[in-house]
Amino acid sequence: MAVYLARRLGQAALILLGVSFITFFLLYVLPADPVRQIAGRSATAATVESIRRQLGLDQPFLVQYWHYLTGLLQGDLGRSYLQKTEVASLIASRLPATLQLMAGGIVCELVLGLGMGIAAALLRGRATDQVLMMTSFVTVSAPQFVVSLLLLYVFAVQLGWFPIGGYGTFAHLVLPAVTLGIIGSGWYSRMMRSSMIDVLRADYIRTARAKGLSRTRVVLRHAVPNAILPVIAMIGIDIGIFMGGIVVVESVFGWPGIGQLAWQAIQRVDIPIIMGVTLVSACAIVLGNLVADLVAPLIDPRIRLR
Amino acid sequence: MTALSTITSGTTAPDDTTVLAVEGLRVSVRTDAGETTLVDGLSFALRRGETLAIAGESGSGKSITSLAVMGLLPPAVRVTGGTIRLKDTDLLSLPEGRMRSLRGDRVAMIFQEPMTSLNPVLTVGAQLVEAIRAHEPVSRGAARTRALEALKAVRLTQPEQRLDQYPHELSGGMRQRVMIAMALALRPEVLIADEPTTALDVTVQREVLDLLRDLQRDLGTAIILITHDMGVVAEMAGRVVVMRHGRMVETASTLDVFERPAADYTRDLLAAVPRIGRGKPRSSAIGEPVARLDDVVVRFPVRSGLFGRVTRQVHAVEHVSFDVRRGETFSLVGESGCGKSSIARAVVGLVPHQGRIEIAGTAFADLRPADQKALRRRVQIVFQDPMAALDPRMTVGDLVAEPLVIHRIGSPAERRARVADLFRHVGLSADQIDRYPHEFSGGQRQRICIARALALKPDLIIADESVSALDVSVQARVLDLLRALQTEFGIAILFISHDMAVVENISDRVAVMYLGQIVELGTRAQVFGDPRHPYTRRLIEAVPVPDPAHVRAPTVRLAGEVPSPVHPVGGGPARVRLVDVGGGHLVAE
Repeated sequence: MAVYLARRLGQAALILLGVSFITFFLLYVLPADPVRQIAGRSATAATVESIRRQLGLDQPFLVQYWHYLTGLLQGDLGRSYLQKTEVASLIASRLPATLQLMAGGIVCELVLGLGMGIAAALLRGRATDQVLMMTSFVTVSAPQFVVSLLLLYVFAVQLGWFPIGGYGTFAHLVLPAVTLGIIGSGWYSRMMRSSMIDVLRADYIRTARAKGLSRTRVVLRHAVPNAILPVIAMIGIDIGIFMGGIVVVESVFGWPGIGQLAWQAIQRVDIPIIMGVTLVSACAIVLGNLVADLVAPLIDPRIRLR
Repeated sequence: MTALSTITSGTTAPDDTTVLAVEGLRVSVRTDAGETTLVDGLSFALRRGETLAIAGESGSGKSITSLAVMGLLPPAVRVTGGTIRLKDTDLLSLPEGRMRSLRGDRVAMIFQEPMTSLNPVLTVGAQLVEAIRAHEPVSRGAARTRALEALKAVRLTQPEQRLDQYPHELSGGMRQRVMIAMALALRPEVLIADEPTTALDVTVQREVLDLLRDLQRDLGTAIILITHDMGVVAEMAGRVVVMRHGRMVETASTLDVFERPAADYTRDLLAAVPRIGRGKPRSSAIGEPVARLDDVVVRFPVRSGLFGRVTRQVHAVEHVSFDVRRGETFSLVGESGCGKSSIARAVVGLVPHQGRIEIAGTAFADLRPADQKALRRRVQIVFQDPMAALDPRMTVGDLVAEPLVIHRIGSPAERRARVADLFRHVGLSADQIDRYPHEFSGGQRQRICIARALALKPDLIIADESVSALDVSVQARVLDLLRALQTEFGIAILFISHDMAVVENISDRVAVMYLGQIVELGTRAQVFGDPRHPYTRRLIEAVPVPDPAHVRAPTVRLAGEVPSPVHPVGGGPARVRLVDVGGGHLVAE
C-alpha cells in the first residue's frame, strides 16, 4: 500500500511537470500579448519594453520556463501581472468556495445520475426508461451556460426561490450545484444503466433471488455495489470535464471561486493566474483519480493495489 | 453394532410421500414470431429422500423446468399450462411475496457455474447469513453459528476462516461447496441441482457428488438433478426423466433406462456416451514426428513492488518433452491449471517459452519473422467455444477462406471452390457458405472451425478442448469427423482435454499432466490399461461410470487443494523424473 501510494504520487509529480510545461508553452506561443494588456493602449514603445523586461518576458522560452519551475518547486506560483498580488494567496482565498461547489456538484451529479441509471435499468424497455434516457441525452448535449441560465431564470428570477447569484449561504449553493449535477448526470445515468443491466443478468443475482431475498435487497445489496464499480473509475476521469463546467457555472452565478478567477485571467492574459489555476485543476484531477482507485478495492475485494 | 448397520440406520430411504408433483407443465416464451413452447406436457413426481435425474441435451428444456419450479423464469418466459405442487401448496398460483418466502427455505437450488454464482463483493459468511436470516428471525450471531455449521457439513477445510473470505479466494470446488451449504442450511424439502458438477474438474466432481449423496442420506432431502452426463445419472439417481425438445421421452428407474431403454432417443444418447474401455485399436500408419517439444518451459511473470519487478512466476509448464507423429492423435490430459493449454499456445507461438519446439524439424526461433509465417501454416488450432471463435459479422465462407487470404493462396474463385470442398469434407453443404455463424448449431460451428483449421492443409491440428462444450451426441459425431479427416489427410492431432473417457476413445498416445509436468506418458493401452502413477489412477477412478450396476471401489479422498504453481523467482517445483517402465511407458518416480 505504501509502495503503491509512493509510486502513484511519483507519477502525479511527473504529470504535473508535464502539464506545467505544456500550458506554459501554449501561453508563450499565444498571439495575445500580456504586456499590452498591462501597459494599456496609449503606452509608448519604451514603456512596453521596460515592462516586458521587468516581467522577464523578453527572455527565451526555456529560460522563462526555468524561472517559473524553480519558483514553483519552492512553492512560489508568481505574482498576478495586473492585481500585483501573490497567485498562491489569490487561489487560496478562492479555493474554499470552489471546493464547496465541487462537493455540492458531485453529490448532485451522483444522486441524479445513479438514481436515474438504476431506475432505468430496473424498468428497462418501459416508458420511464425511455423518458430517463431521453433526459440524459438532453443533459449531455445541452451547453453548460444554457442549463445555467435556464435554471437561473426559472428558479431565481421567475419563482424567486433562490438568490440570483453570490456566495455565502446554503441557498446560494443550490442552483450552481444542481446545474453542475444536471450537466454531469447524463453520463452517469447512461453508464449506471448499462452496468446495472449487465449485473442484473449475472449468475449471482439469480442465486440471490433463489435464496428468497426481497427485490429491494437483491438490488441494493447485490446489484448496485457490483454495478457501481465502473462508475467509480469514471468519477476520477470526469473531474477534468467537471472543472470545465465549474468555470462556466461560477461565471454565470457570480460564484467567487477559482473558475471565475481563471475566466477573468484568461480575458486579461494574466499568465501567472492561468498557470496557477491550471496546475490546481490538474492536481484535482490527479487526486480525484487516485481517490477513485483507492476507493475501488473497498467495494470490490478482488481489486488489489500494486 | 456392526459397521454395516451403522450405515443403514442413518439412511433415509425414499418413502412414498410425494414432495413435489409436476403435472402437464407447459412453458412458453414470447418472441416476435409469436409464442414458442419450451416445455410441453411434462409430468413427474418427486418422493421424499429420492434423487430424480432430468437428463437431456441442450435445448431439451431441463433447466427451464427447474426455473419454473423456483418461480425464477426470465421475464419473457412463462408457464402456460399444468400445475406444480409442493406438498399441498400450488406453486403456480402463489403470489410473488409468498413464493419468495418459500424459495430458498423449502425449495433450494444450486447452479452450474460456481465461479460466477456467488457475489464477488460479499464475504462467504455474509451471503450465508443473509440466506438464513431471509427466512428465520434469528440474530446475526446465531445465523453466523448456523452458517459455520453448514460449512462444516459440506466438509470445507478451515470453515471459520472461510466465513470471512471472499469468493475469489476459494477454488471452484470450494465455491460449489459453499453453494451447497447455502442451499441446505435451511434444510429444504427439495434441492434442485442444475448441472452442479459440470464446470468442475473430474476429481472435484467426484468429491461434490459424494458430498451430495451423504447430505441427502443425512437430511432426507429430495433432489432433482439436472444433467447432461449419463455417468452422473447412473451414479446418483434412482429414477430418470429423459427430455428432448421440451418433451419427456422416457421415464423409468435408472437401472431400467440403462438396461432396457424404451425410446430410440435414449438408446442413441446412451450409445454416444464415451466410456473408458471403448477405444478401438488404431490401424492408421504412424509416421515421422511432426512436432517435437524438448524441455519446454512456460512461465508467466508476476510483477510487484515500486518498479514492477518480477518477483514471482507462474510455472505453467515445466520441462515438458514429447513428440507428435504424422497420423497419430496425441492427447494431453489433466485438470484445470495443469498447463495443457499453455503448451498448445506455446506450440503455435502465442506465448513465449524456453526450450525447443520444432514443427517439421524447424523451430520458430530459427527463423526470421518473414519465414515464421510459412511455418505457422503447418499448425492450426481449434478452440473450445465455437461461438467465440467465429466472428459473428463474417459469413462462414469468409471465415474459412480467411487463412487462405492471409497466406495469399489462390484467386477468389479458387478460394471459393476450396471452401466449398472443405465444407463437404466436414459434413456441411456447400450452399451454406454465405450464411452467418449464428445460423448454425454448436456442433455445426465446431465443424466450421475444423474446416478453417484444415484450409491451409496443416501437418498438425491442435484441438484444445474442442468437443468439451458440445452435447454428447454431437461430440461423438465431431470426434468421428476428426478421426476420418485424420485418416484421409494423415494429419497429426494434439488433443487437449480434461475428459478421460473422450481421451481414451480417440488417442493413440496419452500424456497425463499435473502442475505443469508430465507424470505419465504412454500408448493408450499402457496409460489406461496399466496406469502406474497415483494421479493417473485417481483421474481414471474419478470418472463417473455410465452404468448403474457398477460398484465403485472405495477410493482414497484427496486431502486439500492442488498446490499453487506460483513460486518466487529462482524457486520452483521439484522436477519429476520420468522412468521407462517398459515399451516406452514413462512414469514419474
